[in-house]
Amino acid sequence: MNHPDTTGNKIIPIVAQEAASPDADDEVMVSLYQAQKKIYPRSVSGLFTRWRWGLVFLTQLVFYGLPWVEWGQRQAVLFDLDARRFYIFGLVLYPQDFIYLTGLLVISALSLFLFTAVAGRQWCGYACPQTVYTEIFLWIERKIEGDRSARMRLDSAPMSLKKFSTKGAKQLAWMAVALWTGFTFVGYFTPIHQLGQSFLHATMGPWETFWVFFYGFATYGNAGYMREQVCKYMCPYARFQSAMFDKDTLIVSYDEKRGEPRGARSRKADPQALGLGSCIDCTLCVQVCPTGIDIRKGLQYECISCAACIDVCDDVMDKMNYPRGLIKYTTQNSVQLGWTRSQTLRHVLRPRVLIYTSILLAVSLAMLVSLALRTPLKVDVVRDRGVMARIVSGGMIENVYRLQVMNATESVQHYRITASGLPGLKVAADQDQLVAVEATQSRWVAIRVQLPYEAAPPGSHTIHFEIAAQDAPARVSEKSVFLVPR
Amino acid sequence: MSDFTSNFWSVYVTAITVVGIAACLLLLWFTGKAKAMTANDNTTGHVWDGDLREMNNPLPRWWVWLFVITIVFSAVYLAMYPGLGNSPGKLSWTSLGQHKAEMEKGEKDVAPLYAKFAGMTPADMSKDPQAMAIGERVFMNNCAQCHGSDARGSKGFPNLTDGDWLHGGMPDKIKETITKGRIGNMPPMAAAVGTPDDVKNVAHYVLSLSGSPHDSLRASLGKAKFGACAACHGMDGKGNQALGAPNLTDDIWLHGYGENAIVAMINSGKVNQMPAQEGKLSDGQIQVLTSYVWGLSNGAKVAAK
Repeated sequence: MNHPDTTGNKIIPIVAQEAASPDADDEVMVSLYQAQKKIYPRSVSGLFTRWRWGLVFLTQLVFYGLPWVEWGQRQAVLFDLDARRFYIFGLVLYPQDFIYLTGLLVISALSLFLFTAVAGRQWCGYACPQTVYTEIFLWIERKIEGDRSARMRLDSAPMSLKKFSTKGAKQLAWMAVALWTGFTFVGYFTPIHQLGQSFLHATMGPWETFWVFFYGFATYGNAGYMREQVCKYMCPYARFQSAMFDKDTLIVSYDEKRGEPRGARSRKADPQALGLGSCIDCTLCVQVCPTGIDIRKGLQYECISCAACIDVCDDVMDKMNYPRGLIKYTTQNSVQLGWTRSQTLRHVLRPRVLIYTSILLAVSLAMLVSLALRTPLKVDVVRDRGVMARIVSGGMIENVYRLQVMNATESVQHYRITASGLPGLKVAADQDQLVAVEATQSRWVAIRVQLPYEAAPPGSHTIHFEIAAQDAPARVSEKSVFLVPR
Repeated sequence: MSDFTSNFWSVYVTAITVVGIAACLLLLWFTGKAKAMTANDNTTGHVWDGDLREMNNPLPRWWVWLFVITIVFSAVYLAMYPGLGNSPGKLSWTSLGQHKAEMEKGEKDVAPLYAKFAGMTPADMSKDPQAMAIGERVFMNNCAQCHGSDARGSKGFPNLTDGDWLHGGMPDKIKETITKGRIGNMPPMAAAVGTPDDVKNVAHYVLSLSGSPHDSLRASLGKAKFGACAACHGMDGKGNQALGAPNLTDDIWLHGYGENAIVAMINSGKVNQMPAQEGKLSDGQIQVLTSYVWGLSNGAKVAAK
């Protein structure tokens, strides 16, 4: 194990001393850090690429388009952080409605589990913003600098006016897309028409400016430069998604039995006569891979399941007049046991998938029902802390409450507040009137509740406030406590 | 710092910080130079459970720059802010200074608002929804603890909505009460009134003043002894706002109702205090609050938002 150290640098023996066959020839010296190797993904077309572009268009149409949709007098989707009101089409949500965000996140997580159990990292390969923006940035790069080989040539060429202008044009296009993305993002929190005006006149607030440029910079950096590094080193989902794979999960696999031994050959040659498998070793699957791996080495943690290698290999197989599917979506069981396509698909319906599906459906249904039955009115009752109880004229015992009445509709509402739970309990006569609350506003109202003397024994009694809207079928009942002094 | 008499701890903290940062840099430099040995199939040679081999997954090199950025950040931070022992940093930042700056900014922000109210009379302000909304908030934060959130008080804490004033209900008097506070002092009067029986008689006389249920014989006997009380409460029992002596004829019982409560008050007296708000509230806030409290008992019901 003694290696001559020619550089004089310290050597850390990562190879365990007792490791099997520590043959000196099998060992290499590597740096503790890995340099990022620039990847030049080759353009690709085919079924899965069309799917990906379809999802790019769909997700970005929603993301870039939604802030411009109007709903009545306002933006259809607007998260007004200052006023703490969240508008989603007809809905007006208060911070108290946070449970719906929780529900949405639970649904997202369960969907991720389900898709991953069925077909691996579908999210990564088709819908993740990192993939989607990388795809957009790559498209720009390709339009301006050319495809893989042209880009590699350009990068290795010395700086020239042409290289400078090509690179400059790409940078400008990238920055425009990135800035527009940052602008759109902030447009969900500040009305986007207003934001556009202040953007053009350079009068955006400090936080708006920060977030437009921060989000823009993140888009530019992640989609332009970090790319697969994000998936490999930064993304937490990548790690736990692999924990949800099993032997019946559809993954992008290379059919080793059929492909090997690989080798170049003439189109007319008979591979069997040459003793070769179907793989012609054209390395196109490596060239199109956005994470720069060789799928023929088997499933690797870098694989984002984008299926670019499937599309390109199917093309090659067509040209060679071989059957498609040397690289395909299949399961480990299917490869090992030689299942047919329908057998493989039948095994998709396994307990794990069924359980994920039923929980997902249950949570989605609960969320929809809850949203549909939601009362556009909320009330918080706070018993006055300073004053326990007092006796007022007419021999009445009086307790004081503060009610926060929250109007979650977009029109002025009038509410009648009544109290019940003890015989003779009533809201003080001079307060027996309607409470008006402005659209989407909340208001604190002090309410005095009176009980005839000796109508209830001394102590604490549960009572209920009923708050009913006069112009809409919104009604809320809130519990509180009435104290009778000794 | 008064509790540190020597410079030792400052030097100690500075040394630990600087040595720590230098050690981090040294570690980065060392790991950048060092090489590791792996098998040429990129496994480390570690094998578990017979066939589970550990791959060599080195950290990406750009990650090192993140460490470098944290070191640069710490150096800049320590130069600008307090952190290196006793050094106050270039910016001389303190939490107290920040608090002061924020308070000044806050006061500057609301100054135009209060300036708008400065020229208004309490009657005008009590009709101004914005002024009343501010008044309500100031009241909730500073007054509601004793007077109740509906300002109707409770035992020992006056009701501010009933038009009955211990120290006067004109705006300038209310303002004086808020600014300077009040001390209401009822001295023990048993000795001046006479025997315990006399005290009881006076209590019934006091009850009779407001037409409350009482023993009329005792009340008529007590009337003769009420002279001891008249110095403050007046011969007619209507009180004296200059002294803070309550009106005994209006059926409002701040410190308890009935014979026992009145007898106890004559025997023991009571000191009741409203704390001064001067210094705690700004002049502008006091002006708005005065109008709010005045408005509570002077009609002008304004729907505050």
